[in-house]
Amino acid sequence: MLHVRAQLFADIRQFFLARGVLEVETPVLSQSSGTDPMLDFFTADYFAPPLQQRLFLQTSPEFAMKRLLAAGSGPIYQIAKAFRNGEAGRFHNPEFTMLEWYQLDYRLPQLMDEIDELMAVLFQRHWPLAASQRISYQDAFQRYTGLDALTFSYQDYSRYALASHLPDAISLCGNDHGLWLDFLFSHKVQPQLGEGAVCMVYGYPSCQSSLARVSGLNPLTTERVEVFINGIELGNGYYELTDAKEQDSRFDKEITIREQQNRPLVAKDYQLLAAMEAGLPECSGMAIGLDRLLMVMTQSASIDDVLSFPLHRA
Amino acid sequence: MAIYSTNEFKAGLKVMLDNDPCAIIENEFVKPGKGQAFNRVKIRNLKTGRVIERTFKSGESLEGADVVDVTMQYLYNDGSFRHFMVPDTYEQYQCDDKIVGDAGKWLKDQDSCIVTLWNDAPLAVTPANFVELAIVETDPGVRGDTSGGGGKPAHLETGAVVRVPLFVQQGEVIKVDTRTGEYISRVKD
Repeated sequence: MLHVRAQLFADIRQFFLARGVLEVETPVLSQSSGTDPMLDFFTADYFAPPLQQRLFLQTSPEFAMKRLLAAGSGPIYQIAKAFRNGEAGRFHNPEFTMLEWYQLDYRLPQLMDEIDELMAVLFQRHWPLAASQRISYQDAFQRYTGLDALTFSYQDYSRYALASHLPDAISLCGNDHGLWLDFLFSHKVQPQLGEGAVCMVYGYPSCQSSLARVSGLNPLTTERVEVFINGIELGNGYYELTDAKEQDSRFDKEITIREQQNRPLVAKDYQLLAAMEAGLPECSGMAIGLDRLLMVMTQSASIDDVLSFPLHRA
Repeated sequence: MAIYSTNEFKAGLKVMLDNDPCAIIENEFVKPGKGQAFNRVKIRNLKTGRVIERTFKSGESLEGADVVDVTMQYLYNDGSFRHFMVPDTYEQYQCDDKIVGDAGKWLKDQDSCIVTLWNDAPLAVTPANFVELAIVETDPGVRGDTSGGGGKPAHLETGAVVRVPLFVQQGEVIKVDTRTGEYISRVKD
């Protein structure tokens, strides 16, 4: 497994080198954090008397890489450690490895082309991928549940939950459209996606994306794409938001939600906002969980099987 | 009783769900990268034996259930109840047919078995994996047949009926796997 991982990293580096995408490294420890109400972060205490400061371990290298983009780095990629508190299971380890890259002037279709090309190269050594699929979130939801993901109907959603033996969804989700989507998508839609193939789902409902642009075609959806193989979520990409004011208001909205849910306080990333103010170039960015990719490649049942030491043995 | 969060749900943990004692079988953490974290839990209702699936928001919790497995000696059947005793303390428990269920046909006086207690009241009885029981009735064997090939039904002293090879005779003691109800071997004195 160590060799498979080393080979994967070498193939990724070769792929981006050939495309003129620069490998970068950014700090894992940072003075600010993301605001996503669904992510919990690790903190560390920096201690250099009389200075004492709380630092955050990144949940993804996104903000620092955007600051590099704003500073004129051109297209960049990074293989980085990311940390998400409380996430442990067959598909989760609180510390994991992420491939993240940004391409200037790419819209989602070009980004999806590049994902296909990258996967084709990386899977060559493992097993042949079937033809890649692209489907909108709304269509995928419609196909596997018969429900309209963009228009919430408590009655329709509840009736479907009862009919598909998921009565607990009703008390759990109530009138929360976003929660219903998370519940039904992860139980009923995701397991069906990408059998033996890359499946890319785009056009996520607006209530589900904090950093993507709202789609010009349908304001109920965003320019966000998720990648699945064998029903396993591998990564997430955006046609990135570049408007600093809009970004700031989304941060505030999320911070309010965090406060309502009594989640740990976060420090808003003013350096990212300043960089966006100065000008983030038009770009698309993608993040892929490399541990899960290794799971899929080697058909491993648990993320523990592809890690040198999972958390409980770290 | 202790409260357990979804993070502590491990196979074998006994919790209360819908007022019934249940045992966790499997717990899967499900979380979309940008969404709510759930725990999809497979759970067995210890009263009915039924297995159900439930989804919880991660971090939710359930009350623990005071359920313990105790090795006891089966004493006797008084017609309406079967009586069991904890060998160390001589404490006795009685179970009706509903609780004993299928285990009843394997229980011989003095044999050890497991009684599951909930709040100190019997919930279920599990016989030992292997029991040795005498055959009270079976057709005479055919001379010369030494193994397999169909077999024949044999009635055991506890009421169970198992298929045995043709050479096994009435009055003999045999070893049976209670989980499958299959004949294992003859027991020689």
